Amino acid sequence: MSTLVEEIKKEAAAVATPKYTAKDFQSNQDVRWCPGCGDYSILAQTQRVMPDLGIPKHNMVFISGIGCSSRFPYYMETYGFHSIHGRATAVASGLKLARPDLSVWVVTGDGDGMSIGGNHFIHLLRRNIDVKVMLFNNQIYGLTKGQYSPTSEIGKVTKSTPYGSIDYPFNPASLALGASATFVARTMDRDPKHLQSILKKAAEHKGTSFIEIYQNCNVFNDGAFFQFTEKETKDDNVVFLEHGKPLVFGKERDKGIRLNGFTPEVVLLKDGKYSVNDLLVHNEKDSYLSFILADMTFHTNVPRPFGVFLAVERPAYEVEMMRQINFAKEKRGEGDMNKLLNSGETWVIG
Amino acid sequence: MKKSTKNVSDVTIRFAGDSGDGMQLTGTQFTNTTAILGNDLSTLPDYPAEIRAPQGTLFGVSGFQVHFGSAEINTPGDVCDVLVAMNAAALKVNLANLVDGGAIIVDTDGFNDRNLRLSGYASNPLKDASLSKYQVFEVDITKLTQLALAESNLSSKFIDRSKNFFALGLMYWMYNRPMEPTIKWINSKFGNKPDIKDANLKVMQAGWSYGETTEMFTVRYEVAPAKLPPGRYRNITGNQATAWGLMAAAKKAKMDLFLGSYPITPASDILHELAMYKNFGVKTFQAEDEIAGITSAIGASFGGALGVTTTSGPGIALKTEALGLAVMVELPLVVVNVQRGGPSTGLPTKTEQADLMQALYGRNGEAPIPIVAACTPADCFDAVFEAVRIAIKYMTPVICLTDGYLGNGSEPWLIPSFDALPDISPKLRTDPNGFMPYLRDEKTLARPYAIPGTPGLEHRIGGLEKQHLTGNVNYEPENHEFMVKLRAEKVERIANDIPLAKVEGDPKGEMLLIGWGGTYGAIKTAAINLRARGVNVSHLHLRHLNPMPKNVGEILYNFKQILVPELNMGQLVKVLRSKYLVPAIGLNKIQGQPFKSTEIEMKVEEMLKGKS
Repeated sequence: MSTLVEEIKKEAAAVATPKYTAKDFQSNQDVRWCPGCGDYSILAQTQRVMPDLGIPKHNMVFISGIGCSSRFPYYMETYGFHSIHGRATAVASGLKLARPDLSVWVVTGDGDGMSIGGNHFIHLLRRNIDVKVMLFNNQIYGLTKGQYSPTSEIGKVTKSTPYGSIDYPFNPASLALGASATFVARTMDRDPKHLQSILKKAAEHKGTSFIEIYQNCNVFNDGAFFQFTEKETKDDNVVFLEHGKPLVFGKERDKGIRLNGFTPEVVLLKDGKYSVNDLLVHNEKDSYLSFILADMTFHTNVPRPFGVFLAVERPAYEVEMMRQINFAKEKRGEGDMNKLLNSGETWVIG
Repeated sequence: MKKSTKNVSDVTIRFAGDSGDGMQLTGTQFTNTTAILGNDLSTLPDYPAEIRAPQGTLFGVSGFQVHFGSAEINTPGDVCDVLVAMNAAALKVNLANLVDGGAIIVDTDGFNDRNLRLSGYASNPLKDASLSKYQVFEVDITKLTQLALAESNLSSKFIDRSKNFFALGLMYWMYNRPMEPTIKWINSKFGNKPDIKDANLKVMQAGWSYGETTEMFTVRYEVAPAKLPPGRYRNITGNQATAWGLMAAAKKAKMDLFLGSYPITPASDILHELAMYKNFGVKTFQAEDEIAGITSAIGASFGGALGVTTTSGPGIALKTEALGLAVMVELPLVVVNVQRGGPSTGLPTKTEQADLMQALYGRNGEAPIPIVAACTPADCFDAVFEAVRIAIKYMTPVICLTDGYLGNGSEPWLIPSFDALPDISPKLRTDPNGFMPYLRDEKTLARPYAIPGTPGLEHRIGGLEKQHLTGNVNYEPENHEFMVKLRAEKVERIANDIPLAKVEGDPKGEMLLIGWGGTYGAIKTAAINLRARGVNVSHLHLRHLNPMPKNVGEILYNFKQILVPELNMGQLVKVLRSKYLVPAIGLNKIQGQPFKSTEIEMKVEEMLKGKS
């Protein structure tokens, strides 16, 4: 006996996927973020990337928790679920397990995903359920008007930390790797091209994809990432990770990262002491390396890495779940409720 | 030697020993065999929260009580006729519940100095006169077990572990039960461990033979089969019935069952049971915590699966915010609470009914949720099926209340015909024309069920207040009040769709006993006993606690006195008093143990006496 969901899927499969434009992914709701918020760019890049994925929009679901970023689903003309604080990853897990055919995206923030939702976040990653997580990191609580977050730097002065924060911050990329994520990347709101390319790679990955997106909150934490995002400082403070390529950075592309033992260090390519051949070559399949690269984040003597830290294959949870179900059906036959009710020890009276 | 046989109408046996002595297994085996013989029965597993509490201590005693008979059995028995005590602590803990003149079968090996000291006996009760009003059978079960396995290669640890089968074999002999069902069970359970299999079989046989051959036991007892309605029966526990009810409901709803759950006593067995039926398409997800249990179920429901979460009271506390979300997004969801003693961690393995207020009101904001309650172990099947029916038809979370007593207890069950169960499948919305996420069905007020994957129905839901019809985020004062009232009315209208409450006994009179949940058997037995003594008393038991059947008020007004027995401080009684303005009185017990019917009978007689 087929389920109602299977019938819906059958009917929908008969409908050809139209050629979409970004506009097809814009809902009729007014976008209500503060003017100048980094969220606008992330929304625009997401809507631009979606048509390229070749997925019918009725098969896409955006799920969020609570916070500024979590309003995101309202603005996407797909299915959407604005759930409760910290739980988007758990809602998404249930949806993806129930419906492996859907493309499920989670939009969360540093408070929603790293603080109240930290537990669900790490468990989603270790299970490797095929859900795409976009974490908007602005290092502040915006919707509650400016308290420090789990990614705020030590010493951060906010309304709730008038003497400065004494919380050591999470580095979300390292946390994700520590939770055995199979896809971990970092990008930023102010680099549309890079953001788009990372979104595409995340979409293609089979398993949980985690994308940390540096996002400027121009009201409560303006400029938190300017040294990485602004033209004047970006080139010298950012190194873009590209699979199979050496780690070169700098305005003149004259600096690189070399591994000294296990420690990354900056070397100059101009003075003849080192050449490109001495540099660390990125390998996004190398999980050992991914930890080293992610750990560069809080070291001030090296540039901050952006790009894909890790992209490795591991069976997705929902695939394994279906494998067990199909195996059980094959071995024991499709479940028969009448048979089950009458199984084991029974007796007749009268 | 010649043994005589005595016919008895009903017997209550309690198996008691250390928590590692296998008393739950012994009791379950005895119960299943007894069920197959056609007796009606009711069981009460009563075990400590510690898995292996220190040996010989009072708090480490694990008990399993079974009441069986040739007439209808509604409770596990107020008092025991037979106590099987594997050590001194088991005797001490359970003696108060043994009827005067009752039988005690003790393993004398469990009465050494250490045992006596740990259980606080100043002198050995087997040697002084303290047990003179009982029939005491002293059997060195441990030694007899060792003798039976003298040629076995098993270590002494394993040998001692099979002594519960000696007690089982002896009781099978005493109550004239066949060993075959247990032999079959041992063969399948230990099929790949031949040493242990053979040892258990041998020891059980030794127990049987001991009864047959020694002069100690001169009487065997016969308990004739009960006159139950005709049909095919099986024995079932409440948690198993809950699991099967969910599976049956999912099939009848043409939905895949998704269970998001976190292990918690005494609800985990539902998760274990459902995890076995992958060939039914059942998806079980052992979540990282209670919150993920319910939120993953909500996500699954959004996708068109039947989302379910199972837990006990502390778990419900954690799920509270998500319950409110389910109320707001109006998706079907079933939440099973196998209640246990609270507050906080409370009494994990003991029963209580103290979560009714939590189910009714335990959320922020005005968040009404329909509530159904099971009243016997087998009734968990029907109760949870009804919960699913309401959840789907009204697009709402539903709480199904059972409790540890029901979940772990078992009874014979007249197996229902799956084909005769109603079709409860939802009408999934597919037509984009005129689609609005919160455009309601005129009769039920349910919003349309539109699942991802349906072309043209893309829409967004969430926990923020919804605008009527469109479902868009809306903060207007009038809209909020309108939506709060609409959600409340939706739940109220379920009263049009549930059977009227039925009184057992006279529809009007002197005294009404009104209860809910697992107290059914005790209240029913009390009412039957009282009526047999000429006392005018009727019984009403509520399946639906929110909304209640439309005639509850009318029934209440037909009685001069109303008594509400509950295993809490008086929760239903508060609801009845505030809703119907009746002077109902509570009878409350908060000991982690079910009511004895005599406790209810005494209270009724006291109330009636006080009045005359």
